[in-house]
Amino acid sequence: MPQIVVEELRKTFRVAERQAGAWGAVRGLVQRRQREVRALDGVSFALDAGEMVGYIGPNGAGKSTTVKVLSGILVPDSGRCEVMGRTPWQDRVAHVSGIGVVFGQRTQLWWDLPVIESFDLLRDIYRVPGSDYLRARDELVDLLNLAPLLDTPVRQLSLGQRMRCDLAASLLHSPSILFLDEPTIGLDAVSKLAVRGFVKTLNRQRGVTVILTTHDMDDIEALCSRVIVIGEGRILSDGTLEALRGRVSRERRLTIDLVDECEEVEDADASVIRREGPRVWLRYDPARVSTADLIARVTSRHAVRDLFVENPPIEEIIAELYGGREG
Amino acid sequence: MTPYVAILSGRFRTLLQYRAAAFAGAGTQLFWGLIRMMIFDAFYRSSAAPQPISLSQTITYIWLGQAMLGILPWNVDPDVRGMIRTGSVAYELLRPLDLYALWYSRAVAQRTAPTLLRSIPIFIVAGTFFGLRAPASLFALAAWILTTAGAILLSAAISSLLTISLLWTVSGEGVTRLVPGLVIALSGMIVPIQLFPEWSQPLVRALPFAQVVDTPFRAYLGTLGRSETASAIVVQLAWTGVLVLFGRWLVARAARRLVVQGG
Repeated sequence: MPQIVVEELRKTFRVAERQAGAWGAVRGLVQRRQREVRALDGVSFALDAGEMVGYIGPNGAGKSTTVKVLSGILVPDSGRCEVMGRTPWQDRVAHVSGIGVVFGQRTQLWWDLPVIESFDLLRDIYRVPGSDYLRARDELVDLLNLAPLLDTPVRQLSLGQRMRCDLAASLLHSPSILFLDEPTIGLDAVSKLAVRGFVKTLNRQRGVTVILTTHDMDDIEALCSRVIVIGEGRILSDGTLEALRGRVSRERRLTIDLVDECEEVEDADASVIRREGPRVWLRYDPARVSTADLIARVTSRHAVRDLFVENPPIEEIIAELYGGREG
Repeated sequence: MTPYVAILSGRFRTLLQYRAAAFAGAGTQLFWGLIRMMIFDAFYRSSAAPQPISLSQTITYIWLGQAMLGILPWNVDPDVRGMIRTGSVAYELLRPLDLYALWYSRAVAQRTAPTLLRSIPIFIVAGTFFGLRAPASLFALAAWILTTAGAILLSAAISSLLTISLLWTVSGEGVTRLVPGLVIALSGMIVPIQLFPEWSQPLVRALPFAQVVDTPFRAYLGTLGRSETASAIVVQLAWTGVLVLFGRWLVARAARRLVVQGG
């Protein structure tokens, strides 16, 4: 029995439109036009306890809408959704005590109060027994290295510090499911790594189910074995990262550093996509020519100083998937 | 602590941090109080007819109004307003709490903490220099404290309704322009209700706004007897009950059509 089941979820928003400029504003007073936006257009998936899933898609694809429905703060027009056997929006209070949510662009901490007071307030709000609270809090403070921040008012924290505190705040009541909506947005490299490391520990060691929406493909590559891609309210792809790569394009890249800068590289099964001084980038399909054969051929014909093989960047794959839909 | 008391005390502590605002507010209120004192002084001098309350009672009434201005339910919770504009209201809905009770707790803090900070300097200054008298009797003091408590509960219920209106209007701009004029006039904050035209007094007293200002002030002045005090408290609680039920009904209706702003 999966922990989260979503079936044929639909949600339409009405967006008031008016023409730009002063005349548009005046006309808008008399005549209102509304446009319907299908934020979710039949979304279905299921997750087992302990999974870590990346939920990706362009802006406006329906990611946040899905997270809001799953967390019980938005009622869909139709469809079924069960989280731990409950329908989130019907049983909101019971439902939200079992989940943790972090919206990367917003904070759940009390702006003017020291971090520790926000934590204490959350203990009271979630009715966490004192001893459980202290255990959870100390563990989170330790894992996220929050000890030096606890007495600082939230408004004085940097974004990275605030995000670490927000992560802790969402977990004080020990939820078994965590929704992360763009948790690394705007963070520097060090803070991103800290957040990723923490989420990984949480999932691997405590078995917390994590749904992660992000635009940062490094997040996905670092954390998620399964990726769901959504576009225009529909699921475009659902599977492992490798399957996603295979589905869109099977190409690989071979990068070669030649000894002789002026040498031309040619091969029947590969094409040159870029050349910069002694460095050449080749594109090939591993189904047509094995990587070993290609390397053997290239090294026998040219004097090669160094070479390496890589997958195309995940951004390109996703862009191709989005683009393929539009075309 | 129960969640709602925790929210109340958290908000209370936050609001107590705005000390500069409180002192500036107290200064403004003292200034206005002086002007209104002069206006009523001129009004009493120019009229030979006997008035329903004496000048010194009116002056005490004015200073109470300046000190207790913050309990008036005249605006939406600026915190919730900000949250609704930016979409952070999502976090309010993510708490295992009843949304109405959560906002009501916030409203109680909103009506008490700033008032507490502002009223103390006004009581001291106006009591020492400008004719604010002590409560008429020990009973009047007790009746004032009780009816003020009732006024806070009622005012929080009205404030919650204003905040709930944000679920429909988002900006709250309209409410904050329309409501203050109505509330300030009908509560007795500008002119004591005893000085209103006689025919209008029962009507104005029947509305909830007078229960927030006029009732506790009359208790302070000692013009409420025992049975009048008791019935005033019953009326305050009855209005509170009705408005709380109305607010809960509105929240239940709004929850289904709620749209959280932003991605």
